Amino acid sequence: MATIDIHPQTSTHHHDDHAHEHEHHGNFWTNYVFSEDHKVIAKQFLITGMAWALIGGVLSVLFRLQLGFPDADLSWLKPILGGWLTPEGKIDPEFYLALVTMHGTIMVFFVLTAGLSGTFSNFLIPLQIGARDMASGFMNMLSYWFFFLSSVIMFVSLFLSTGPASGGWVIYPPLSALPQAMQGSGLGMTLWLVAMAIFIASSLLGSINYISTVINMRTQGMSFTRLPLTIWAFFFTAIIGILSFPVLFAAALLLIFDRSFGTSFYLSDIYIGGEALPNQGGSPILFQHLFWFLGHPEVYIVLLPALGITSEIIATNSRKPIFGYKAMVGSMLFIAILSFVVWAHHMFVTGMNPFLGSIFTLLTLIIAVPSAVKIFNYVTTLWKGNIRFTSAMLFSIGLVSFFLTGGITGIFLGNSAVDIQLHDTYFVVAHFHLVMGSASFFGMVAGVYHWFPKMFGRMMDERLGYVHFWFTFLGVYLVFFPMHYIGIAGFPRRYYSWTNFETFSGFADLNMLVSVAAIFTLFAQFIFLFNFIYSIFRGKAAPANPWESNTLEWTTPRNPGHGNWPGEIPTVYRWPYDYSKPGAKEDFIPQHIPYSETPESNLPHENELIKLELNNGSINGENKTHH
Amino acid sequence: METSTTGDFKIVEEPSKPLAMEPRKFGMWLFMGSVFMLFAALTSAYIVREAEGNWVYFEMPRLFTISTVVILVSSITMQWAYWSAKKDNLSNVKVMMTITTVLGFAFLVLQWLGWVQLVAEKIYFVGNPSGSFLYVLTGVHALHIISAIVFLLIVLVATYRYKVHSKSMVSIEMCTTYWHFLGGLWLYLFVFLLLYR
Repeated sequence: MATIDIHPQTSTHHHDDHAHEHEHHGNFWTNYVFSEDHKVIAKQFLITGMAWALIGGVLSVLFRLQLGFPDADLSWLKPILGGWLTPEGKIDPEFYLALVTMHGTIMVFFVLTAGLSGTFSNFLIPLQIGARDMASGFMNMLSYWFFFLSSVIMFVSLFLSTGPASGGWVIYPPLSALPQAMQGSGLGMTLWLVAMAIFIASSLLGSINYISTVINMRTQGMSFTRLPLTIWAFFFTAIIGILSFPVLFAAALLLIFDRSFGTSFYLSDIYIGGEALPNQGGSPILFQHLFWFLGHPEVYIVLLPALGITSEIIATNSRKPIFGYKAMVGSMLFIAILSFVVWAHHMFVTGMNPFLGSIFTLLTLIIAVPSAVKIFNYVTTLWKGNIRFTSAMLFSIGLVSFFLTGGITGIFLGNSAVDIQLHDTYFVVAHFHLVMGSASFFGMVAGVYHWFPKMFGRMMDERLGYVHFWFTFLGVYLVFFPMHYIGIAGFPRRYYSWTNFETFSGFADLNMLVSVAAIFTLFAQFIFLFNFIYSIFRGKAAPANPWESNTLEWTTPRNPGHGNWPGEIPTVYRWPYDYSKPGAKEDFIPQHIPYSETPESNLPHENELIKLELNNGSINGENKTHH
Repeated sequence: METSTTGDFKIVEEPSKPLAMEPRKFGMWLFMGSVFMLFAALTSAYIVREAEGNWVYFEMPRLFTISTVVILVSSITMQWAYWSAKKDNLSNVKVMMTITTVLGFAFLVLQWLGWVQLVAEKIYFVGNPSGSFLYVLTGVHALHIISAIVFLLIVLVATYRYKVHSKSMVSIEMCTTYWHFLGGLWLYLFVFLLLYR
């Protein structure tokens, strides 16, 4: 104990004074629309994110129709697609590119960044660390409304007569920089850039809030070593966001200048219709460096929250302490650091110096180590646990499965020599859809199933949850596993059609299977949607602690008001993973139960801590417990 | 760990919270972190692009040297205002805050005149990236300076209403930090541009 602060008792419980100020008053607008309550903002993020997921999913099915059934007559889609169908009833080739681009943009940024981090960081950080709200409720509200504005702009761009941005979600110039290059690089691209600039502002506001809240607003006794792994994950995610999103902003800023003001940051020596453009001296590779400096950390912005959610759910439903708590935190930290030094593995085919390529290969392969540690820890947590197969648990186990199968192909792709062969084929598509797309999506869905009772005070239907899980799990593997073979066979991604190449005709049936599976998986999501909406209104009323979990959010009332705890904020005495502790009466001991109340299960050093509890009302944060 | 009762209130030892800081101030530091990353990205892009050749070399406007001096002096006056507020020397706070704000505006004007000099040298925003980069770096920095001047004005008004004193330091503290940060950032950009021309 380094310092001793002396406080009058009257001021030690300063947070309690607020308890009654936070009763619900205010009207519909301040309670549900422009709310500063982190729980309402989390639900706003969730529902907007789900709407985007639905749009992104429908877009993917549209282009899968083209890829799986290149000869089919799609005139029946006329009411939706209108002019984007050719007279023969095919999807317009440029619109196909727009579909692919918007699917990527929507899923990566709007669903798995804002929808995932926005929902669960907002919802869980104050509830699990024992805070009344975020550090700044106002900034938190701004964060959502910036996201909403950005969503509106991106959504509007879908309906432009020239189509939305079409140059791929990575928007490489010169394709994205020159309106002459393709229709989508006109107004659609401008709106894309505006929407993303606002999105970055939203993301930064959110991240700043998450970090300051985690560091400054933990309740008494909640030392860093007692944080649930969810909070660690959100914390690292926010740090990655703060460091990487400004770089994307810089890249986008220079692109905006190139597009609208005639500068030449990325443009050089371009001839259109035999005419030379005035732009001289730019470098398109520069954009790729800047983009991937965000782009790779972005992968972990998407994945880490899902991994954190999974850690919590797997420990709770295995009724066992998480295996290797410190190893979990350490590997997340290591992943976060490494994510900043591997970006050039996306650029092995840009004519990079082979020596530099081998350095990036090495750094990339090192990521396998912390990732494997995490998978090992998940499996060892499950090992011999009293597993409860709730829907959330199934989706978490599904995540571990995807993280493994998708991660292994990452070891192939991280090698520059192999990557040059596989670059921009369906092998890459299969890899990142499993490891980052599906894994994160499963983490998000698992989180919804697990924390739905806290969000809406009601339970989701478990049987529908099982059906949803098995349909989605099988569907995802049926979609993405065949893609590995298609990719090794050399199919390039983003192509509208392969019917011109005799070589590729052998895989037509496999592509058809993928498309059928994609449609099937999309329809399975409507089971979830129905379950979600039905349960909000008609679900079984949730008990106080439905999963018998240890974390603080389950000590709040069934429908917590603004301020979360009606009385005092609970003090934390132990780490969050005291499940099935030998000697304990029940198989879980929540974080707010002091050691003095559990003499039957205390370890010798924990008995020592009782004295401090009795004297102090809390254990000093410096006296860490060891497990 | 002793608990003793004296009169009405109990004296307890509270655990010192690790890293506990005024959340707004902490948020400010995080914001500065992201601004730093923005400029780190732009200057790295500058270096990468310059290494590729086809780079037009030109003289930096001499006015940028003067603006550097101005912003350094304004940092001193800002710090002076902060110290005065700490000592409750309120009339001095007003004077120093006013001088800082004026110097802030002067910096902006000097940057603008620097651009005018550049145009006179026939270095335009549209042209070789070496010039474009200079405009982007100084322009984005100037935008942040504008945001800081707005902050300065808010604190300045507060000082004239006697709302800044030793018991209410958060706003002037944040303002001082931000202003030093932007001064330091300019110094970095200035030295960077002198070295990589």
